[in-house]
Amino acid sequence: MTPDKLKLASHVAAINWNRIQDEKDVEVWNRLVNNFWLPEKVPLSNDIQSWATLTPEEQLLTMRVFTGLTLLDTLQGTVGAVSLIPDAITPHEEAVYTNIAFMESVHAKSYSSIFSTLCSTKEIDEAFRWSVENPNLQKKAQIIESYYYGDDPLKRKIASTLLESFLFYSGFYLPMYWSSRAKLTNTADLIRLIIRDEAVHGYYIGYKYQKGLEGLSEERKEELKAYTFELMFELYENEVQYTHDLYDSVGLAEDVKKFLHYNANKALMNLGYEAMFPAAVTDVNPAILSALSPNADENHDFFSGSGSSYVIGKAVNTEDDDWDF
Amino acid sequence: MHAVAAEPAVGAPDGRLTGSRLIYFSSASDNTHRFMVKLGEEAARLPLYTHEDTLLAQEPFVLVLPTYGGENRLGAVPKQVIKFLNVEENRKWIRGVIGAGNTNFGETYCIAGDIVAEKCQVPHLYRFELMGTSADVDRVREGLEEFWTRLSQNKTQQ
Repeated sequence: MTPDKLKLASHVAAINWNRIQDEKDVEVWNRLVNNFWLPEKVPLSNDIQSWATLTPEEQLLTMRVFTGLTLLDTLQGTVGAVSLIPDAITPHEEAVYTNIAFMESVHAKSYSSIFSTLCSTKEIDEAFRWSVENPNLQKKAQIIESYYYGDDPLKRKIASTLLESFLFYSGFYLPMYWSSRAKLTNTADLIRLIIRDEAVHGYYIGYKYQKGLEGLSEERKEELKAYTFELMFELYENEVQYTHDLYDSVGLAEDVKKFLHYNANKALMNLGYEAMFPAAVTDVNPAILSALSPNADENHDFFSGSGSSYVIGKAVNTEDDDWDF
Repeated sequence: MHAVAAEPAVGAPDGRLTGSRLIYFSSASDNTHRFMVKLGEEAARLPLYTHEDTLLAQEPFVLVLPTYGGENRLGAVPKQVIKFLNVEENRKWIRGVIGAGNTNFGETYCIAGDIVAEKCQVPHLYRFELMGTSADVDRVREGLEEFWTRLSQNKTQQ
């Protein structure tokens, strides 16, 4: 396929941040700026000893997972986020996409920081060659890319949200798994920063998709909804294959699939749709969930408790100043 | 004696009175709002903008509020919620908190709920992600019913 050239924004006016049409643009811009980081901030070299404790198969798997993630981040930084600019509703939305595009390039580069810290040049080159040759990895990039070059701006946002909020997770599983076993913990810290960024990106692009739906006919809304679920199924089937390619050698494929279901639901919610996978298949391994977020486990569900610790709210002498934080 | 409309006492903050047992904040993304709609119980939404008058609670209530993924505690509680809780009367009636968020925000998952629960000394009852799944909705509906029953039992025992 020879894709057409991406179009650029047809008209540019000086951006005025003192006239805001959508507060969400400012909120997300500030959030992204406050969350800014660089891989140099993370002491990856502390993982060298831990890396040496992995078996050759585990090392190979880890490198392949990271080249796969590098490909997606490169696609999103170089094509995906940029392709959303011409159809932005506000000038501030355009600016947010440039921020997203740059951060995706930071993410892509950070995998190379991990590689150069832990692996030999020969191993790195082999892993990148694998990423070019693996059909399921190539297919997922091609599916998304074809929509970025397509002519429907809302479908571009759907594809982009599914990439940000779903397609990364077959890869993100592994560093969370290592972290839960106290391995490659600094690498996991870096991946958590990427995960946090992608969550804001998916939230924002999904929000803009929903803004784009406002005022459309019911027929067109139904078409886009059906399209979202079709694309999700297509990507999901490919993702299952990709997961088996990667994880069968270490027996983790079934565990990874639960994580895929869980994240597919969240991707759909970012687009404003109901979750698709039932709770019975989204029961993510608690160790993985807790590596992702220490507050996400069952112990934090007060409703599940015995009820013996029910606290009754009471008026407290809190000063207004206490709340001005 | 003349019939007069109820007016707030002198010095009381401006705001709309509410007897809802559920009070929530949801930004323009409407994720928390969608969860509340699915829950299907009567609930009052805090104003979207801080320049609008806030709500004044008249009955015990549970507060539902989202966290948007910052680096730390600072600024995690939405300003609209701070304005609401700056009213002492509102803090008097709060009985619990339900947090919305995203586990991808790691340690700050639902941290705004933690902060409010801590400050008001009420339990952080439940956490859900984005607009919540149907399992979350069921869990919260049952959990709240039991929670209110227990609170009223505790009250009669006293």
